[in-house]
Amino acid sequence: MARTRRRNILPGFGISTGLTLGYLSLLVLIPLSAAFLRTAVGGWEHFWTTVTAPRLIASYKLTLGASLGAALINALFGLLVAWVLARYEFPGKSFVDALVDLPFALPTAVAGISLTAIYSESGWFGKPLMETLGIKVAFTPLGVLVALTFVGLPFVVRSVQPVLEDLDKETEDAARSLGATRWQTFTRVIMPTVLPALLTGFALAFARAIGEYGSVVFISGNLPLRTEITPLLIITKLEQYDYAGATAIAVVMLVASFILLLAINLLQARSRRYQEL
Amino acid sequence: MTRIVQWLLVGVALLFLSLFLVSPLVAVFAEALDNGLGLYWESIKESDARSTIYITLTIAAIAVPLNTIFGLAAAWTITKFDFRGKNVLLTLIDIPFAVSPVISGLIFVLLFGLQGWFGQWLADHDIQIIFAVPGIVLATMFVTVPFVAREVIPLMQAQGREEEEAAMVLGATGWQTFLRVTLPNIRWGLLYGVILCTARCMGEFGAVNVVSGKIRGLTNTIPLHVEILYNEYNYVGAFAVASLLTLLALVTLVAKKIVEWKTAQ
Repeated sequence: MARTRRRNILPGFGISTGLTLGYLSLLVLIPLSAAFLRTAVGGWEHFWTTVTAPRLIASYKLTLGASLGAALINALFGLLVAWVLARYEFPGKSFVDALVDLPFALPTAVAGISLTAIYSESGWFGKPLMETLGIKVAFTPLGVLVALTFVGLPFVVRSVQPVLEDLDKETEDAARSLGATRWQTFTRVIMPTVLPALLTGFALAFARAIGEYGSVVFISGNLPLRTEITPLLIITKLEQYDYAGATAIAVVMLVASFILLLAINLLQARSRRYQEL
Repeated sequence: MTRIVQWLLVGVALLFLSLFLVSPLVAVFAEALDNGLGLYWESIKESDARSTIYITLTIAAIAVPLNTIFGLAAAWTITKFDFRGKNVLLTLIDIPFAVSPVISGLIFVLLFGLQGWFGQWLADHDIQIIFAVPGIVLATMFVTVPFVAREVIPLMQAQGREEEEAAMVLGATGWQTFLRVTLPNIRWGLLYGVILCTARCMGEFGAVNVVSGKIRGLTNTIPLHVEILYNEYNYVGAFAVASLLTLLALVTLVAKKIVEWKTAQ
């Protein structure tokens, strides 16, 4: 059987693989492992007291909570936007489709100051929200949620949209003609196919939100114990020349990120299998 | 009934997008032009943005070509050969996406900062990496590693190996095959990857924030300059400089559309 495998005649395997691995090692792997080694040197006791300080616990709650909230909002509205883009024709659709990528393209600091301007108490949305409902957005956890929602939206839309575009309309028509209601068709036919992609988009948006810095620090106001996100505390420690402290927090975040990356890869492998079926 | 549901869904989607995407975009220009077009240009010129633009362009000029070469090499390895651990390699390329930008900066401080591993040695030899341009370049390169690779790999995957194999059989050298067969096939995707990578290089904030030290005229990039102006309550100046980066972002969105249109042809 092995003989039937074709020999590869293309050149450059050695040099391109060597270049790829060398570049990744020097730029990504070695510097990242430096963070882990540095923590190992500091000792477990110091690590644990640093990462369980009240200010940090408060920041984990805010970062995880707001990231989860933003990812949920994005899962819901991202699915809607993807559906509308995949299925309907309306004026300006091509413009809307391009606009979805704006959070990828816009530098985070720009998004940060712009959202702060809109949601501050004198801003376009901040003022009416304050005057009519008494809701303060900028400089509260709600502001963090808004910024993270902005940042995560394209992940869900761009994960779900291709699946919806490939979806066989005949299956839906069959379901409808067999007497399924619109809602039943959605929950029983469309959702099972879209779900892996939706979960992938959700996880990507969540992962991105956890590490996000630039778009959040302006709108959050950075009040200790109230609106400080975890990445900000790394910078705070660095500014105090507390390298060990900064590294300890970074290791906690890196472990969380890698678990998420693993989950995303598994999800993507599953959704790919779904598409191939 | 169907049409009503359809318009309702489109309406809600557009409302959501205008609240979360259109309004921040419009707000940048509205704030920048708050005092009229004349003052807009004045504030860009006055805010010593010129040196920050020069530094930012220098960084992009180093980081983008290196990441482009890396992206092409990685794509060649991954799409033209079969080997074990290919998925691991793909995951490794994605790591910078998963790492917080703040940590992307921190790891280089841990290596090259004054208290870092090589800190003492670098100080003895009078080499400065952190709080200098080389540190910003490294952090920027780290953050933008995946961009070109991620655009090119799916394209080369879809195109398969037959054309390159045919060229080799017909007697072309490896380089000729790459330059005359592979490159023309992926040129639009590659161009988009390069544009995206450039935009990210110029707009990176979190990672650069950690390694820069924000020394005016020396290590101050455009996004850092926006932050400084903003913290000095020079809002018109901050948004004026921010609008330059926003225009760059809009260019990448247009470029993506053009590339999609070209590849669909």
